[in-house]
Amino acid sequence: MADQSLPAGQGIQAGHGSETALDRTSAHGTYLELVHSWIVTVDHKKLGIMYIAYALVFLLVAGAEAMLIRIQLIKPHNDFLSPYSFNRMFTMHGTTMVFLVGMPILFGFGNYLVPLMIGARDMAFPRLNAFSFWVSAFAGLLLYYSFIGGVGLSGTGSAPDIAWFAYAPLTEKAFSPGHTTDYWAIAILANGIGSIGTAINIIATVFCMRCKGMTLMRIPLLPWLYATMSFLVLVAVSPLTACQAMLLIDRYLGGHFFDTQAGGSAILWAHFFWIFGHPEVYVLVLPAFAFANEIIPVFSRKAIFGYPAMVAASVGIGFISLGVWAHHMFTIGMTSFGNAFFTLSTMLVSIPTGIKTFNWLATIWGGKVRFETPMLFSVAFLFQWVIAGLTGIMLSVSAWNWQLHNSYFVVAHFHYVLVGAIVFMIFAALYYWYPKMTGRMLDERLGKWHFWLMVIGFHVTFDTMHFPGLLGMPRQIYTYEPDRGWNSLNFIVSVGGFIQAIAILIFVYNLIHSYFRGEDAGPDPWDAWTLEWATASPPPVYNFAIEPEVASRRPLWDRKHPEDPDSAFE
Amino acid sequence: MRAQQNSTIFLCRSIAVPALLAFSTAVAHASLPGSIFAPHSTPAHEEHQLSIFVLWITLLIYLGVSGLLVYALVRFRARPNDDAEPPQVFGSLQIELSWTIIPILIIVVLFLGTARVLFSVQDAKKPPTALDVLVIGHQFWWEFRYPQYNVVAANELHVPTSSNSAPRPTFMKLTSADVMHSFWVPQLNGKTDLLPNRVNEMWIDPQTPGMYVGQCAQFCGPQHAKMLLRVYVDTPEDFDKWIKNQQRTQAELAAPHIAMASIPNPGNQTRGPLPPNSPATHGTVAAVSTEAPDNAVNAHNGQLVFERQACINCHAVGGTVANGRYGPDLTHLMSRDTLGAGAAANTPGNLLAWIADPNTFKPGCLMPAMHLSERQNAQITAYLLTLK
Repeated sequence: MADQSLPAGQGIQAGHGSETALDRTSAHGTYLELVHSWIVTVDHKKLGIMYIAYALVFLLVAGAEAMLIRIQLIKPHNDFLSPYSFNRMFTMHGTTMVFLVGMPILFGFGNYLVPLMIGARDMAFPRLNAFSFWVSAFAGLLLYYSFIGGVGLSGTGSAPDIAWFAYAPLTEKAFSPGHTTDYWAIAILANGIGSIGTAINIIATVFCMRCKGMTLMRIPLLPWLYATMSFLVLVAVSPLTACQAMLLIDRYLGGHFFDTQAGGSAILWAHFFWIFGHPEVYVLVLPAFAFANEIIPVFSRKAIFGYPAMVAASVGIGFISLGVWAHHMFTIGMTSFGNAFFTLSTMLVSIPTGIKTFNWLATIWGGKVRFETPMLFSVAFLFQWVIAGLTGIMLSVSAWNWQLHNSYFVVAHFHYVLVGAIVFMIFAALYYWYPKMTGRMLDERLGKWHFWLMVIGFHVTFDTMHFPGLLGMPRQIYTYEPDRGWNSLNFIVSVGGFIQAIAILIFVYNLIHSYFRGEDAGPDPWDAWTLEWATASPPPVYNFAIEPEVASRRPLWDRKHPEDPDSAFE
Repeated sequence: MRAQQNSTIFLCRSIAVPALLAFSTAVAHASLPGSIFAPHSTPAHEEHQLSIFVLWITLLIYLGVSGLLVYALVRFRARPNDDAEPPQVFGSLQIELSWTIIPILIIVVLFLGTARVLFSVQDAKKPPTALDVLVIGHQFWWEFRYPQYNVVAANELHVPTSSNSAPRPTFMKLTSADVMHSFWVPQLNGKTDLLPNRVNEMWIDPQTPGMYVGQCAQFCGPQHAKMLLRVYVDTPEDFDKWIKNQQRTQAELAAPHIAMASIPNPGNQTRGPLPPNSPATHGTVAAVSTEAPDNAVNAHNGQLVFERQACINCHAVGGTVANGRYGPDLTHLMSRDTLGAGAAANTPGNLLAWIADPNTFKPGCLMPAMHLSERQNAQITAYLLTLK
């Protein structure tokens, strides 16, 4: 039912039959026309959906790799995988999850939502947008082509086996012959170009394409956080792309940047990689925060608490996160003053993140919380994010970090961040915005199954995973000795992994099932307040029939509550 | 109803984490071999104390925040048939300032606590009585050099105990011959990376004699998992005895053996027992054993084979022509408990199987199967068994 009070313009309201229907029927060409329309599209919504679909496919692939890893580690001295295959699996799992799942899916949501939420018709540079997507897609295929074309020993297929941070000099020709490392480096390089393109696009869109009345302090928090994240991508991904070029120069043109046998430096690579790698964590987590900033208020039925502080904290996280990278290198032999500096800078990140957490808490406080699936995932996110943050503080304690570094404690910590916070918020976002993207609701009953299995599986896996680390189990080992007390812990971790896998399969079924059978969503199924809910679901190509005009951060609240508009208080 | 269910689960979860923390303290007392909560050396001890301090602070923070969250979710859940919007609150400067300033104070405390341990461990002065060890990481084994004693050992580090009355800490310089590695024996100290073209330092001063296990903690290639590490902490007397033995070259040791060369062949001997941790594949070793492994004639012939095949390109045996440095020094191979950096127990049977094909124990290790005859393999085994 189209809400008569929506500001989207008469076009939509008049035409639940005419214009929106027109949009849906336009897809009913021949199959070839349909494919063609997706390939040549420059529409931010189609590109966003393609980003998300592409990332979900790789999520399944990398998830399958994780399952192989967990089967191998289910008991000591297991010989399910050879050491070579195991090393390929965790390298590909890590690389895929970060570069082919995390970044694309978050860019996908950014692409889809940022223009809609700021009332724009499209991204600032639609063609650059398409180019970025296809370069990234190419990078993913290139990386996975190494399984066929990587030519390991005896002519069989291979894959990179250098760990996702690919420390020099293991990546040099002397230690990584063959071409798998080249596939890895070129794929990361290409992916980096795509990411930088999208980042430029998001920044330009947020700062130049806002609708009338949307001042900087009226931008919904999601576009704000995406702009911050895009600045981080610009600053952080560039060194990563540069060091891939340096690595390729080493490998093919006789350079010696990282070639220690010829006087190069292994630490140089570590600096390059982590000056990308740590901001990258915030590149991934800021969008997760962005989703929480949109979803938690709507399901608590209250405006976000402390909007200016939220903006300041997000930008603050962005700035501080550029000065913490060497906390990945406390054991590499820095001076005690170097270690002390990065201890302090890392601890400082917890202040803006703490502000955000407390503001979410205060948003819930005094509200009327509705526990639908998106909110369930968000609530789990809050608890898990607090734990992830606290284990992060433990890791920042450099003297203790000498023990924890590169152990399973670290693996548990960053999976708490990447799965417990980011993946949970991605699920929340999919349940929340899927109706907008497809016009149909995801099934709530399946959603609950998905949520509870995911929560149980997650905690069985990743809570347990901290302990082998405390008991001295290093990461990235294909097998372990049976006398160290790690056996039953690893068994539990593996079982939890399988529970998560079942949850994900239910989710995938839900995505497909609901696309055909889901309830009709209507333009505003959650009774939300930002502009994307003012247009039809799915939105027409042009997004808004007439350019919206806003007077506050919650334009739809103003329309729905003319007696108590936000604009009176801002 | 549903909301109550949810909140019960969240309550359970917020109880679960302290329970897990309690479990970790329990683990500390169980003193599993790699536990960071069972320190036996000053650096590990200080790191352990710091970790307990940090665990308490983070636990209190967690209980506070998650308690508030659970309360808010239960107290402010939507009730049925109540569609009115709650009052809209946009922020409060006082409250927001309080949750900015309190974390800052907590961080000051945490940072000062960390800095104290950081500087006291990392910038500790080396006493003149200290033992120097140079640790060199290789794919996938450890080389230990004792410059004060002119000794080279591999994979099993021997150090003396150090007491308050007679401090004799071990100061290690760490470097790598190829890729990055990391030295980690959790009960003695945190880890320090080994980098090519660079020398890092760390120190330990274990007080209790015993064997401490660890392993490489920086991914270094296919056999990163079996780059295991053992530190034997000996009493000063035992350590001196060990050093004395390591200082002897095999020219001195071999003299009595050559005299034994006239003793007749005692016939076939059974291989040694399998190591307790052996995967099933190790059973195939049985087919290989033919000759008498520790027979003196075979040992003599074994030395000839060893020195005329490629073995000496990589391995050194002090006092002989073998002076390769790419692989572990074998001068006192039989003084070690394990083979292949902990991949197998050092038994005659395992040694023979290792020589025939190291991939049986450690697929991907850099020692190739030399494809010698079974007789030659057995002779080399017999020779190596004399390197005590």
